[in-house]
Order: sequence, then C-alpha cells, then structure tokens
Amino acid sequence: MSDTGQHSHDHAPRPDQDGPLTYYQAMETAVRELLIEKGVVTAEEVRAAVEAMDARSPAQGARVVARAWSDPAFKARLLEDGSAACAELGIDMGPTHLVVVENGEKLHNVIVCTLCSCYPRFLIGLPPDWYKARAYRSRVVREPRAVLGEFGTEIPDDWEVRVHDSTADMRYMVLPRRPAGTEGWSEDQLAELVTRDCMIGVTLPKSP
Amino acid sequence: MSDPGRGHHDMGGLPAGPVERGEHDYALWEKRVDALLMLLSDKTRDLVRVDELRRGIEQLGSGAYDELSYYERWIASITGVLLGKGVFTSDELGRKMAEVEARAAGDRT
Repeated sequence: MSDTGQHSHDHAPRPDQDGPLTYYQAMETAVRELLIEKGVVTAEEVRAAVEAMDARSPAQGARVVARAWSDPAFKARLLEDGSAACAELGIDMGPTHLVVVENGEKLHNVIVCTLCSCYPRFLIGLPPDWYKARAYRSRVVREPRAVLGEFGTEIPDDWEVRVHDSTADMRYMVLPRRPAGTEGWSEDQLAELVTRDCMIGVTLPKSP
Repeated sequence: MSDPGRGHHDMGGLPAGPVERGEHDYALWEKRVDALLMLLSDKTRDLVRVDELRRGIEQLGSGAYDELSYYERWIASITGVLLGKGVFTSDELGRKMAEVEARAAGDRT
C-alpha cells in the first residue's frame, strides 16, 4: 500500500490513485451524495453515465475509419461533417463537433489540446494519461516530429506534419491512410488495423 | 522568467521532458467524476458548463494544477462551481466529507 496522502512541495505530478480513500476521492463521494440527496441527480443516472462512458472505446472510432476506407461517399460526408457521419453509424458525439482530418500521401496529422485535454471522448473513449500530461501538450506543437519519434513513428523530412489544437467545443480525429495490401478486405477486417493512437495521429495503422 | 501573458495551463510550445507512455486504467471514482460532469452539464441541469469547469481548473493555481491528478482537478473545480451557485453550502460539504471519511476509516478497521 503506497502513501498517497503526503503533499510534496516540488510540484511533481502524482499518478492517479487507486489506494485508500484520498481527500479528493472523499470529495467525489460527498458531492455525489449531496447531489443525490438534493434530487439533482439520481444514483441510477450516475451509474448509467459511467456505463455509457465505459461503452465508448477506440473500437467505435475504428468502425468509422473502416467505413471511410470502404465507402468514398461516407468518407466525403465524414470530412464534411464528422458528427453527422458518426450519427449514421449510431454514434452520438454529444455536444461537441467532430472535425476529421485526413492523412495524405505526404501529409501526416496529429491532434492535441494544449490548453486542457479536449479529446474525441464520445467517439473513442477517455484519453490516455500521456495525452493529458505536460510533456505531450507542451512539445507536440513545437517539435511534432521528435514527439512522434518517441512513439516510434518516423515521418520523412519531405512530408508535411500538421498539428491540430482542439478547442472546448470541437474535437479532432485523424483519418489515417488505408494500408496497402488490404484490397478486398471487409470493414471488420480493416477495423482490426485501426488503433486508438493512429486516430490521435501519434502512430500509423497496423500493417496487414 | 514568467510570461505575464500566459496562464499556467497554457503550455503549448514550452519546453518539457519526454512523453511518458505509461497509462492507468481509470478508477471507479474517476469515472464517477466524469459521470457527474456529464450529468451536471446536460441540457436539463445546466449547472456546470464545460467552460466553467475549465475556468475552475485554470484558477487552481500553478502548484495545485501540477500536483493534482486529472480527475482531482475536475472534482475540485466542479465542487467550486456548485458551491458558487449555492447547490450546497461549504458547511454541508464539510459535514458530508467528514462522514464519508469516517465511514471509510470504519471500513478499514
């Protein structure tokens, strides 16, 4: 059991905690119970909202990418209005507007939220820790190739790299290029190649 | 050395160390914080808007901002907004937190 209660003064970021009750965990429980007592929310609504977020995963985004790779008309609609195209597949983007940016022959896209942690959570679930952390947010806008290199993604010098910084009301998702050698593949097969990180833009899709 | 025009949350372009690739699975309490925001920000309740959440996080101060984990920042901000709107009082919150902590201490003995 680790000691999570002590405040150090070097401002080192602490990992999220799963151990014994911390001050902020107690605050969450207290706030939730007060809101339930006052009739603002119900316990059932909280449970359902947790379940709904658990159901959102990169598999949803992979389905969208695989459809776009298979159906040019869908891809055109996705690039025109991401939220509306996702709704066609039964995916609700919530209050945020989805903007899909497409990788090209010598064009690579990557997304970030430098000010906070905006992320296409309604499409691909909650973000990984590094997406929300200082190193990624600070550096990817200044030295994207170096950051991509840390993910093992080497972008040739003669390619353009575009970094998209999200705002509170809209979210980006990267549409990677369909890998070569996948001619005739079904959407389900294609979706297997699509990872969370390639929709963020820090990696490329898996090779067939 | 500090830049007077830049908030401490506004870190785009600043130097920083390598990206640490470690990830953790979200704990239930973190998912509940997320769920509370989803519910409190929906159209029927409209009690904590996303920009209010962000303002609260940005106002945490640079020490707390870096020291707290992600969902700690969220619940701190959500609580601040709810207190500000009188949804509950700081007395009610203090009593409830003491009760929750006592309950947890009892569970561990």
